[in-house]
Amino acid sequence: MTAPRGGFRDSTSAAGSSKFHWIVIVGVPLAAILFQVYVPRFVTDLAYLELPLLVTVYFALTRRSPVAGLLYGASVGLAQDSLSHHYLGMYGIVKTLVGYFTASVSQRFDVRNPGVRAILAFFFYFFHEFFYWVLGRGLLGQALDFDPVRTVVLAALNAAVAVPLFHILDKLKATE
Amino acid sequence: MDFFLNRYRNLSVLLAALLAQLALLAYQVKSGQDVRLIRIWAVTAVTPLARFIEGGRGGFADFFKDYFLLLNVRDENKRLKTDLDRAEMENQYLRAQLSTADRASALAIFQKTSQSKTLAARVIGNTTDPNGRAVIVDRGAADGIQKGMAVIKPEGIVGKVIDVFPHAANVLLITDPSFAAGVVSQKNRAHGTLKGQGQSTVIVDYIQNEETVEQGEWFLTSGDDLIFPRGILVGQVTVVRPGKSQKEIYLTPSGMQSGLEDVLIVLDGVHGTITEAPLPNQPVHLLPPPGDAPAADPSKGVSNQSGSAGGGVAAASQSASTDLDRLVQRDRAIGAAQNHKFGDKNSPAPNFNAAPDKAARPPGPAPASSPNP
Repeated sequence: MTAPRGGFRDSTSAAGSSKFHWIVIVGVPLAAILFQVYVPRFVTDLAYLELPLLVTVYFALTRRSPVAGLLYGASVGLAQDSLSHHYLGMYGIVKTLVGYFTASVSQRFDVRNPGVRAILAFFFYFFHEFFYWVLGRGLLGQALDFDPVRTVVLAALNAAVAVPLFHILDKLKATE
Repeated sequence: MDFFLNRYRNLSVLLAALLAQLALLAYQVKSGQDVRLIRIWAVTAVTPLARFIEGGRGGFADFFKDYFLLLNVRDENKRLKTDLDRAEMENQYLRAQLSTADRASALAIFQKTSQSKTLAARVIGNTTDPNGRAVIVDRGAADGIQKGMAVIKPEGIVGKVIDVFPHAANVLLITDPSFAAGVVSQKNRAHGTLKGQGQSTVIVDYIQNEETVEQGEWFLTSGDDLIFPRGILVGQVTVVRPGKSQKEIYLTPSGMQSGLEDVLIVLDGVHGTITEAPLPNQPVHLLPPPGDAPAADPSKGVSNQSGSAGGGVAAASQSASTDLDRLVQRDRAIGAAQNHKFGDKNSPAPNFNAAPDKAARPPGPAPASSPNP
């Protein structure tokens, strides 16, 4: 198994981890963020699709390295923060945790199984939204709403999108 | 120490990443300042892509619009095969072009007639906040945009500029929970503070229960916030009810009703006046139905001429809202003039062909003029 040029991989990553070309690693989250910025203008319902989170979960799952996962999550989160009008670091912290925990969990499960992927996407969406709410209220004292039932429904929708999305992203792997 | 870092490398990196971001948050909260450099990088990276996509979408939509239009032209030509039809199709094409340009024209007309100096801008994206409502526009510091400028549409206010970048700016919409602006009701001059609530409606706070605000009343900017010039439409009251000490007032923001594509940024605002003149979309005055015309059919005994009982009927009919109401009033007046008691079997049927002015004045609804002596 030879490493492609420009790919990134840390020496301690777990066995079975996947490699991607750097264009995919940079381009996919950028496209996900751009989707979140642009598409809901025309299809309002798609605002509930948290593509940057799904992309973070996917790359953390396939990399299987907690360090890579948390750095990836932090980068995506900070990029999202910088396009919002709230303080920088809110999404960054939440997605750092998501990246770390996803990569840690991925070492114990068969992450190619669609069922496992759906469950993880569901769980981490809920975790993401809940932790964002906790941070907003606890650290910044913001009056944010958190409706558990609505969040569960949206988590299920995001999980339903995650399975085919992860399948498409699988095709972009350089090596395994 | 090395052993610890090697043994708990993952956890150490996690803690370092979290602490760094917490420190970043703490710095922003403590100093109240933004980390502009990171935002500028991100917005500068996204803006060209967003412009490109928006341009592509517009071109794609125009292409298909033109394509289908062309298909229509061809069908018309095939069906009618005359020069007249070709001219009609050209006319239709121009109308389509005009309707496409309507929005831009409305903005341009508003820009010309408004005393404030404004700059047109196009919305090129949303921000990524889960609860927030903000958009990115394609005008920035290079166009003279500054933080705090008001953003409006001919239909009403839209929001205010909260971040300015070289060629883009973030606009906080009035529906965002952190938005606030000074407003005043048009009719009763009740001053309050407009606040967003993350939904399609907005609320007006700080209006005491003792003050009068009516449902359907319009709110306009008061100019108290030093951001929006006074006298710009805000929205119409949909719900108003007394609260604990202050009224609970919900508005439908008029500037957000027709979508957000093109907006105006107020570069130099001029305060306007607030009058009680009718505002757009309010009910228009309608003339009474032709049944009340002065030249009524004399055979029916109804006349609006001065000094006649018919005038009384006509006057009474002013309170009647339908033709049926007017007929009932007229028949009652005739019955009363002939001393007929409606519902009494022994009372003879009145002569409904007789004009009401042939008899005494009817005791029914108060007429405007006295009967003939």
